[in-house]
Amino acid sequence: MTKSAYRNNLVLNAGVLLMLFVLQFVLPDYHVLMATRMMVLAVFALGFNALLGYIGLLSLGHAMFFAAGLYGAGLTVYHFGWSLPFAFGFAVLASAVVALVIGAVALRTIRVSFMIVTLMFAQVAYLMVIYFAEWTNGQEGLSLPMSARAVDLFGWTLDLSSAVTRYNLAFLLLALCLVLLFAYLASARGRVATAIRDNEGRTEMLGFNVFSGKLEMFVISGAMSGAAGAAYGLLFGYIGSTFASFQYSIEALLFTLLGGAGTLIGPLLGVLLMVAMIDKLSELTSAYLLVIGVVLIVVILWFPKGILGTVRERWAPWLL
Amino acid sequence: MASLTPLLVTSGLKRHFGGLKAVDGVDFTLYEGEIRAIIGPNGAGKTTFVSLLSGRTDVSGGTITFAGEDVTRLPAYKRVQRGIAYTFQITNIYPTKTVAENVRVAVQGRAHRHRGAPLDFEAETALALDAVGLSSRADAIAGELAYGHQRLLEIAMGLALEPKLLILDEPTQGLSDAEIEDFLVLVRHISSRATVLLIEHNMHVVMSLADRISVLSRGQLLAEGTPAEIRDNAAVQEAYLGA
Repeated sequence: MTKSAYRNNLVLNAGVLLMLFVLQFVLPDYHVLMATRMMVLAVFALGFNALLGYIGLLSLGHAMFFAAGLYGAGLTVYHFGWSLPFAFGFAVLASAVVALVIGAVALRTIRVSFMIVTLMFAQVAYLMVIYFAEWTNGQEGLSLPMSARAVDLFGWTLDLSSAVTRYNLAFLLLALCLVLLFAYLASARGRVATAIRDNEGRTEMLGFNVFSGKLEMFVISGAMSGAAGAAYGLLFGYIGSTFASFQYSIEALLFTLLGGAGTLIGPLLGVLLMVAMIDKLSELTSAYLLVIGVVLIVVILWFPKGILGTVRERWAPWLL
Repeated sequence: MASLTPLLVTSGLKRHFGGLKAVDGVDFTLYEGEIRAIIGPNGAGKTTFVSLLSGRTDVSGGTITFAGEDVTRLPAYKRVQRGIAYTFQITNIYPTKTVAENVRVAVQGRAHRHRGAPLDFEAETALALDAVGLSSRADAIAGELAYGHQRLLEIAMGLALEPKLLILDEPTQGLSDAEIEDFLVLVRHISSRATVLLIEHNMHVVMSLADRISVLSRGQLLAEGTPAEIRDNAAVQEAYLGA
């Protein structure tokens, strides 16, 4: 990346984050809640996009990592009474380990087989959540106890029933993930990742271990999706099997495709548009899933690069 | 010119695809510093042979020794790290990256075996681009280059690896006569720093570049010698022209 491209991306990302921070002072209460959800889902999509957009692997099982984080955090809090920061850290680590193991197997396949293998693993994960209902309470799920609605952090007490606190925690997580991914992509390792995406055979013949490069990104992606899941469970105090279902894997894909795979801000934009649309539509009809399907088809047929991907192609080639 | 230290030795090298013996027991020695050409009729197994050397294809039998080390079972990327570079028959670059970015990835690939002071990526990139004469196009998008320039970029990426052995698979395919003359100068220049193994159909290129020529036919080594010896070899003529 050239210096000016680096600077442009830095300014853009900082600007978007600044805007998100200021938003909480402007938005009405109901929208603050919705924006909080959007930011957590954006972290999920960001993790998904790390894999699809920057190393070219399409996973159909990312709900598995979201759920690994959700349950990793939620179950330890619910059953063992772990403190929230500790449970969160454990959940992120757990999803990274799950990604390492699943990746080591799934990355031996390519293209359609990879999609099918990740989908199968995710179905196994989903069915496990249902099977171990004694712990997870299956489809009904678990509400976290009142004691888990407050965090003691270095002498401060954060009240998670406060919308403003939740908003800022979600904002911090998104900012952190965005900064980490940006730093990674701007580094030499990021260059190898995009080289693998653009031309795998060539990259191997330049002396890079393509498999370990993919696995590294798979773990980053899984950990980020897991962090989103953990945050979702802890911030909203509820964990349920829906979050492990196929629909969530597809939503991550949809957010990313709509906003633009391989752009840092794309997933956030995709979440914003999609969640806002679902919210409006579900007031009108219960068939909003049908609309999601139609949007997916339209995007793939006419906007395969998504909104920001198209912007990059036409106007802003520097966009990371 | 060639010394007599063997850089790469294959013994009884085989690659069978089902019943097809693409490479069938080749004993081959490449000496340090030489330019060697491999020629042979279509389907003789040339590309399969160099794919075995570079590690892109697994061997069915036999061994490959590179710089005194058995590399037969090493994955391709580790062979690259040891100094075997391969440039593709079909142009194989990163079309959406800039020319300089393409080369920079290659420089980074070399960092694995680089000892001492850290590599200056920018300087090394500029050096490789300069060697093939692409400096003025460093910021162009690689996929938008003319075909001849893409072939040069391919070679620049090979050079940026600073290989001990550079394998060029049909490098002049699709180049104009003028571009081929420039290419001859370039390869001679490269051969002062690396051993060159060249698969080539263009006899003008082969005869003017190669110190020695190996002829493959039906997966086997048919003949080996200087350009003059090969030109006069009856078996070679027969393999090319048919009996």
